[in-house]
Amino acid sequence: MEQYEKLYLYKRIVRAKLFIDDHYAENIDIDNIADQASFSKYHFIRLFKSIYGKTPHNYLIKVRIDKAKLLLSADVSVLETSMAIGFDSPTSFTAVFKKLVRKTPSEFQKDAKMRNAAINQNPFLFVPNCYAETNGWIK
Amino acid sequence: MITKITHTCIYVLNQDSAYDFYVNKLGFKVHTDAPMGEGARWLTVTPPEQPELEITLFLIAEGAMFNKETVSTMTALIKKGTFGAAVFTCKDLLATYEELKAKGVVFKKPPTKEFYGMEALFTDDSGNWFSLSQANS
Repeated sequence: MEQYEKLYLYKRIVRAKLFIDDHYAENIDIDNIADQASFSKYHFIRLFKSIYGKTPHNYLIKVRIDKAKLLLSADVSVLETSMAIGFDSPTSFTAVFKKLVRKTPSEFQKDAKMRNAAINQNPFLFVPNCYAETNGWIK
Repeated sequence: MITKITHTCIYVLNQDSAYDFYVNKLGFKVHTDAPMGEGARWLTVTPPEQPELEITLFLIAEGAMFNKETVSTMTALIKKGTFGAAVFTCKDLLATYEELKAKGVVFKKPPTKEFYGMEALFTDDSGNWFSLSQANS
């Protein structure tokens, strides 16, 4: 019985985590997220942190920054990226991004562009030679 | 003295589908996704907290590495679920199990207590199977 109760509790917390994964770009807050798990706010924050090692808010920020990295790498502008991941302003986005990634979004994008260009120019620099030779990609 | 694994390889039947499985379902990060010409693609992903280990999602396709017969044999064996490809670990198996199940990942074995902790088994989109474990605290 105890195992079933535990599984039910896990399902509710996981539902909230997946809600963040799916709705990170929207104007969601801890109340919306806790509602998904049908818990009181403080009980929910404690349980979420015990499972994922982060508060729901910090997890939401992490998801947004991870998505931002993908968009910036795909050459989406800093302004468009900040709007696409649910930030109110590019200034607050840049501040949070820099705090977590230790680069500004523009610096990150510049580095990603250089890496993408290097991959396109000479992909063999990124493939161990044994694989490239075995596949017949280089003679 | 060998110090680390930098690359390892999982043979897959479709790289687009494998990308979706490993990145969108398992949450792995793309390390390198490079076109190698003539439709070939070098695709590597890393586990979220192990960015230095590149897992190559290697396509089983006829070419310099595999002939037609080998492709046919490998494809049949992978689809049949012959190969156990890796042991993954996580901090909370029950939560990870519930999340992956919600994303459509197929489990061969639900979380089960073992002497070393908890373990579940799941398969990827090709048919490779994996252990997902949580060590005893």
